[in-house]
Amino acid sequence: MTAQLLQLDQVSVRLGGRQILRDVSLRIRPGEFTGLIGPNGAGKTTLLRVILGLQPVTSGSVLIDGAPRSHRDSSIGYVPQKLAIEPDMPLRVRDVVSLGLDGHKFGIRLPSRARRERVNDMLTAVGAGRYADARVGELSGGEQQRVMIAHALISRPRLLLLDEPLANLDISSEQGVVSVLARLARAEQVAVLLSAHDMNPLMPVMDRIVYVAEGRVAVGDTDEVVQPEVLSRLYGRHVDVIRVHGRILVVAAPEGSDLADDPFPDDAAQDVGIAG
Amino acid sequence: MSDLFRYVFEPGFFSSGPVHVALAVGAVIAITSAVVGVFTVTRGQSFAGHALGDIATTGGSGAFLLGVNQFWGFLAFGAGAAAIMEMIGVQRRRGRDVATGVVLGAALGLAALFLYLATQSSSTTGASFTILFGSIFVLTSSTVPALIASALLALLTVLLLARVLLLTSLSPDIAAARGVPVRAVGVAYLMALGVSVALSAVVIGAVLSTALLVGPAATALRLARGPVRAAITAAVIGIAAVWLGVVLAYDSYYWPPAGRGWPVSFFVVTLIVAGYLASSLRRGGRRPDEHAAHDDTDAERACSPA
Repeated sequence: MTAQLLQLDQVSVRLGGRQILRDVSLRIRPGEFTGLIGPNGAGKTTLLRVILGLQPVTSGSVLIDGAPRSHRDSSIGYVPQKLAIEPDMPLRVRDVVSLGLDGHKFGIRLPSRARRERVNDMLTAVGAGRYADARVGELSGGEQQRVMIAHALISRPRLLLLDEPLANLDISSEQGVVSVLARLARAEQVAVLLSAHDMNPLMPVMDRIVYVAEGRVAVGDTDEVVQPEVLSRLYGRHVDVIRVHGRILVVAAPEGSDLADDPFPDDAAQDVGIAG
Repeated sequence: MSDLFRYVFEPGFFSSGPVHVALAVGAVIAITSAVVGVFTVTRGQSFAGHALGDIATTGGSGAFLLGVNQFWGFLAFGAGAAAIMEMIGVQRRRGRDVATGVVLGAALGLAALFLYLATQSSSTTGASFTILFGSIFVLTSSTVPALIASALLALLTVLLLARVLLLTSLSPDIAAARGVPVRAVGVAYLMALGVSVALSAVVIGAVLSTALLVGPAATALRLARGPVRAAITAAVIGIAAVWLGVVLAYDSYYWPPAGRGWPVSFFVVTLIVAGYLASSLRRGGRRPDEHAAHDDTDAERACSPA
């Protein structure tokens, strides 16, 4: 059996009297590309924050390489959801990537040739070399995502977490970001855990899926998880999986049509809508 | 040529002791304010800087009432308020701006009371003016070492925190995930900001202190791209504004109406605003729409196997 890079066991999080995650268990092996899929508000961001150590758990355990996560851990790279970067922010693209190496350190550093080359290589690898000297706040959404991926990868993490990196991107930037990620993940043996409310752009590259709904998860291969029975159990109401034009749509029945044998009867009914 | 020189630098400029002190201390404070200011603007804390200036006014006038040099009042209230603000989290404009406005109003009201009492008892009419609008020509020699030491302290603090501050302004979550004590860094930074406000209050007055802090930095951020270049540009602009302001204020002793000189703070602030306006005419940096169209080709190149 392969060693686990990341292991969550029975993780639950309660925030302000609301149960955000319940009994979440999952494993990620080195180099695996995992999609963290679910509707908005399902608990995806909270789950990523738990793995990063930014959100304390109410119960359960998080192990990285079989040990509890220590702070100052550079083995996890992180691309947060929608950064609001002002155009006046005095950071060029190369400054942002350079901060990925040592932005957490105190004191000033002198410029070095080796460092500059490493930053340039990283920018080329994500296809952002052309705008290395532009201000990051002046870039488009897709360009900013590439820069943040370079920022997260330059410290050579073994696990890369991305929170909705495809939100608000047009289709070609979306495909660009996904294929850059897939290629780098394979080349550098980085495991990727990427959250998205739409699984379709990830279908060609995803090794496994973690489907989140109502704070619960279903984990496995896409074909095992994206099934009406599995997702209906997760949502606590009837869900259809529709395959049309090579795309997968997850459609929940309207409110009030709960399963006869609803396994979670105390759940607040919530509009699920189209989740994938 | 020498006529022009004499016209710009009125007789006695280079032999005046107060002018030497004003130029030297002004430069040190301008550098500190400019460098600290780059982070103030980047972190979106210009409003906090202004609030600290108002509170420093209370400290300065209180110190004057007690017969202490006003710098100590500026410093105690500026740095003290900074620490409290970061702890209760009022430094950003959004959210608690009403509460902040009320507190700042109270601070200035208290300053008015202190200044009134002080001028009643000592009949020193210039006191209100030096506290509100600066006193760079009347620095007492005993405060000069304290001014320079405080400036170096604030500058070193910000240089020590520089990378962490940049990472935090990019994303506090990334910084926290990488083990940066975001809150403690915020308190240390805001205290350095409080010290800078106190220093700037000495040069151009407590009420105007944010101009020296934020003005050169905001101008530099429009002209220079990287953080190092922005800090250096801001420092140059700050020194230029203060030195030119000192020269013009000295010259103005020969100007109408009374031949008693115009205030330094007027010149410094006017020069800073002029620089800022000039920089908006010529904005550096690419516009976002200029290259957004190239995203496709870039994506294709990145995806093709190496």
